[in-house]
Amino acid sequence: MKTFKLGGVHPPENKLSQNAAIKVLPVPETVTIPISQHLGVPAKPVVAKGDKVKAGQLIAKGEAFISANVHSSVSGTVQKIDEVTETSGYRKKAIIIKVEGDEWEEGIDLSTDLIKSITLSPQEIVNRVNEKGIVGMGGATFPSHVKLMVPQGKKAEFLIINGVECEPYLTSDHRLMLEKTEEMLVGIQIQMKALGVDKAIIGIENNKPDAIEHVGEFLSDYPGITVEPLKVKYPQGGEKQLIKALLNREVPSGKLPIEVGCVVHNVGTSLAVYEAVQKNKPLLERVVTVTGLNVKEPSNFMVRIGTPVANLIEAAGGLPENTGKIVNGGPMMGKALNDINAPVTKGTSGILLFPEKEAHRRPVHNCIRCGRCANICPMGLEPYLLAVLAANKKFEDCEYEKIMDCIECGSCLYICPSGRPLLDQIRIGKNETGKLIRARHK
Amino acid sequence: MNLLTVSGSPHVYTEESVSKIMYGVVLSLIPAALVSFYFFGLAAILVTLTAVVSCMFFEFIIQKYLIKGPITIFDGSAIITGVLLAFIVPASLPLWMVVIGSLVSIGMAKMTFGGLGKNIFNPALVGRVFLMISFPVEMNMYPKPTAFSTQLTDIVTGPTPLAVMKEGVAQGEKVSDIIPEIPEYVNLLMGNMGGSVGEISAIAILLGGIYMLIKKYITWEIPTAYLGSVFVLAGALWLIDPEYYVDPLFHMVTGGLMLGAIYMATDMVTSPMSRWGMIVYGIGCGFLTLVIRIFGAYPEGVAFAILIMNAFVPLINRGFKPKRFGEEVKNG
Repeated sequence: MKTFKLGGVHPPENKLSQNAAIKVLPVPETVTIPISQHLGVPAKPVVAKGDKVKAGQLIAKGEAFISANVHSSVSGTVQKIDEVTETSGYRKKAIIIKVEGDEWEEGIDLSTDLIKSITLSPQEIVNRVNEKGIVGMGGATFPSHVKLMVPQGKKAEFLIINGVECEPYLTSDHRLMLEKTEEMLVGIQIQMKALGVDKAIIGIENNKPDAIEHVGEFLSDYPGITVEPLKVKYPQGGEKQLIKALLNREVPSGKLPIEVGCVVHNVGTSLAVYEAVQKNKPLLERVVTVTGLNVKEPSNFMVRIGTPVANLIEAAGGLPENTGKIVNGGPMMGKALNDINAPVTKGTSGILLFPEKEAHRRPVHNCIRCGRCANICPMGLEPYLLAVLAANKKFEDCEYEKIMDCIECGSCLYICPSGRPLLDQIRIGKNETGKLIRARHK
Repeated sequence: MNLLTVSGSPHVYTEESVSKIMYGVVLSLIPAALVSFYFFGLAAILVTLTAVVSCMFFEFIIQKYLIKGPITIFDGSAIITGVLLAFIVPASLPLWMVVIGSLVSIGMAKMTFGGLGKNIFNPALVGRVFLMISFPVEMNMYPKPTAFSTQLTDIVTGPTPLAVMKEGVAQGEKVSDIIPEIPEYVNLLMGNMGGSVGEISAIAILLGGIYMLIKKYITWEIPTAYLGSVFVLAGALWLIDPEYYVDPLFHMVTGGLMLGAIYMATDMVTSPMSRWGMIVYGIGCGFLTLVIRIFGAYPEGVAFAILIMNAFVPLINRGFKPKRFGEEVKNG
């Protein structure tokens, strides 16, 4: 079975919620919708305090090339536009809407009928994806329409669909592949049409045999799409690692997947593309896993964007008493929340609860130069060295040692027997080295 | 409700820790210790205990009164240094010399540099070399193995097989004439020969090495490169003149080679990080060991070879980087 070659770790999988079918979470009383839920320029609000909005209505417009539209996920009245602490931990501008009923914009098809025939042209698909605010739903939230446009002089050969879900605990992509299979497959066909490719590969780790089998059963109706089971290894869901595992192609340092003829999209994004193109539905809800070893009912919910995290935790059996840390995302790359009322955004794949005694870092000891971090780094870097260079502000050396190649997967900090804050120091180093490089280009 | 903890990702960590690794290595040394206790008896037990206790004692004193920092004597690293130092000195060595060796190992080779992880040279080897130069007579008298000996004085001592061989060849004898003077190879493999406390049994050391490999405390590169290069180089010389150069198997099972290749050269603190760096370092160790054994003044070269290569580690780390992802584009 295939996997990527360089490095990788095996944290305990703990997929507690893998058998919990997706449940629709009731619409909350108010939603908080940040205007920047994507990578790139924040969208600009086009509604004002007191405006009545419907579900699916555009409330903030992405005006730059790398930006994304934001739509209301509910119907109601705009209460205020204010700065809130978002799931990323930063203060960001958000539109707060008081929910009244559940009225939808006209032209959105809310039926569950599967529409297979794709009538839109490639350019129309890209425009629609842009218009409906679709972003990468694996967590990186890069605007999807940008990735569906092949740059001049490049050629896309393969569409890679990321169904790896290599983060421990998370199961939202897994459930989606089981429950929204055909919608996802049509979504993949739409993306293939937009890119002009005739081959798509869905990579799924073999800890999800039911998903591999279930998706496989439909493939005869969807020519050009194949499923490839992959050996479990973190971070296989990293796009460079996934391409290496599936096609044995290596994206050159500092380049994008298109350099080796690939475009990578997540399974959740494929569903969103389907709904945008076939149903005219903007990205206003997503599947979120709520899990943790002490959570009463680890679950997968279909949630409106902007719903407070507290509502999800309540629906999963309530907040366990000894909770010490709440993470937005998986345990390896997720961000710790400082506010239980932070809203679910387009990139929220899971809410993970840790008990107090597992909420803290381990005590830090001297580096014993065991080399584990360098051995497991999936980018072939030397985290121990980068951390020391960054701590000593030697950013020129950081650049030489390829610090910008770091994908921040967290494997080094995970594996370090001395509990050293390797990734923390590398993040600071990346930030400063990036400034250095940008200053040079000016 | 309690306040939420906020920290950067990742939020899960390995079960492994420094002291778990260190105690794992101590555990893997048990077979070699048992063999040496069998052949050298009470004397070996006393030397080992003395070295361990004094290493921990000196680390405690230095951390408490000189550095005035945290006390880490139970992280297992001082225990390893103690055991390894005991393993590379003769069982008949006076205990006060063992104490001095421990002071040099911990004080000079480890704490001076900043404690665990900061030292450039393997502490146990520094201790041994210090003893070798300071007390050449005592460090060159090796007790003859006798099962379950409780004798502590008037132990019968003699040269190691390596010394016998070196002496014989130097006096113009043929290798085939010297071979009958040393124990048979089966005995050499089991450890029934004169030598330092813990280096005698190649089998027991290999057993510990396999355990460490499975537990990932060491990787295959250094031992393989080290032992392989000794075997190949010794084999080449042997093919040139088997009456002047002894066969490679002899080199493999005598002296401190096994212990050196599996426990000393692989010391994570003082060995290179990348795979190719490790291989180069291992070959360097093997080459120097053989050069010293055959052409040097000492019959055994493992300690010097590893210490010399330790000095090259920063340079090797600079020169041999791991293969970066996306460095050379291979499409296929």
